[in-house]
Amino acid sequence: VKCRVCRGPAVIDIRRHNAAFCGDHFVHHCQEQVRRALKDHGMVQPGERVLVAVSGGKDSLALWDLLTDLGCAADGLYLGLGIGEYSGASGHHARAYASERGLKLHEVDLGADLGFTVPAAAAATRRAPCGACGLSKRHLFNTFALDHGYDVVATGHNLDDEAAVLLGNVLRWETGYLGRQHPVLAAAPGFARKVKPLYRVGEREMAAYCVVRGIDYQVEECPMAAGNRHLGFKEVLNALEDRSPGAKAAFFFGFLERGHPRFTEESAGERDALTPCAQCGAPTPGEVCAFCQLRARASGVPVETPLVVIPRHIEED
Amino acid sequence: MKVVLRNPRRELDVDGPITVTALLQRLELNPESVLVIAGDELVPKDARLDDATIVEIRPVISGGAGGAP
Repeated sequence: VKCRVCRGPAVIDIRRHNAAFCGDHFVHHCQEQVRRALKDHGMVQPGERVLVAVSGGKDSLALWDLLTDLGCAADGLYLGLGIGEYSGASGHHARAYASERGLKLHEVDLGADLGFTVPAAAAATRRAPCGACGLSKRHLFNTFALDHGYDVVATGHNLDDEAAVLLGNVLRWETGYLGRQHPVLAAAPGFARKVKPLYRVGEREMAAYCVVRGIDYQVEECPMAAGNRHLGFKEVLNALEDRSPGAKAAFFFGFLERGHPRFTEESAGERDALTPCAQCGAPTPGEVCAFCQLRARASGVPVETPLVVIPRHIEED
Repeated sequence: MKVVLRNPRRELDVDGPITVTALLQRLELNPESVLVIAGDELVPKDARLDDATIVEIRPVISGGAGGAP
C-alpha cells in the first residue's frame, strides 16, 4: 500500500480511515487529530499550564510528545504504583523520555510518599487492583495539579479506551458515569480541568506513533490488569472493528453527539452536591473521600492522619 | 523466519515468504490488536516478509484502570 498523501511506501494502514500513511505523514495525521480535539473542545487556552499524567506507556508518552510538538507548555507527573518490576520499568521509560527531551517530570511514589501500594490496597480492600489504581490516579493527578498551579490535567485515554469505557457504562446503564464521559471535564471547585486529547486516535495508532517517533515505551502489560473487564471490552470491540471498520469511532463519536447530552443533567447534579473531604479537602459525596479511606485501609494509618506529599523533581521558583 | 511475540515473550519459526496479513491469519491474531515490526521498521498489511527477517508482533491493547471517568 502507498501513503495517501505522498504515494510513497506506507508503514501503516488504518482501515477506519480507508487510508495508509508513510512515517512522516502518519505523524502529521496524529498531530492533526490531536489539534482538532484541542480546538473542537477548547481543551487548552493560550498560556495555560498542562500536567500530563505519565505512566511510561505508549499513550501517555505519545500524548506528551504530541502536546509539546503542538506548542503546549506540558510537564509530566509519574505516579509510582509499587507494582514490582512493572513499576520499576515504567518509571524508567518515563524518566528516560523526559530526560532525553529536556522535559520536566514530577514524581509521586505511593509507597514512599503515601505509605501504601496498589497491590497492598487491593489486598486490604479485597477489591480488584484496577479500582484502587484508578481511584489513586484520579485523586493524585487532580490534587497535584491544583496544588502546583496547573490549569489542566491531560490523560492519554485513546479512542479504544473511551469506546471500552462507554461499552461498560452502557451495559450497566451507569447514567452518572455516562454524563461525565466526555473529552473535557470542566474545572470546578476542587477540580482542575481534565482533558483527553487522544480521544480521536486509536490505540494501534498510538503504538505505531511511538514506533515511528522512536519513543521507547513500556510494552509489557500491567500484571495486575490481566483478564480485567476493561480489556475484555476492548477485545469485543476489536472483534467488531475487524468485521466492520469504523465501529469503535461510530460508537463513541455517536455517543458524544447524540447520547451524552441526555445524561449531563444527572451528573451535574451529582457534582453540585459534593462537599470538601474532612481530611484532604477534595470534593466528596461523603464526609471522608474514597481516596483517604483507601489510604487508611491500605496503609494502616488512621484516616485522621494529615496527608503530606512532597514530590520529587519540583523546581523551586 | 523468527517471529517474536510479547506478553508473554516467546518466539516462533514460521516459513516465509509470507505477507503480514497471511502471517496474522496463520497465528489467528486480530490485525486491530497488534503492530508488525520487521527489523526496526513498522510494516503494513501487504508487506512481504522473507525468511531472513526477524519479525516482532507487538500487542497494542493495554489498560487497567478503566471505568469511571
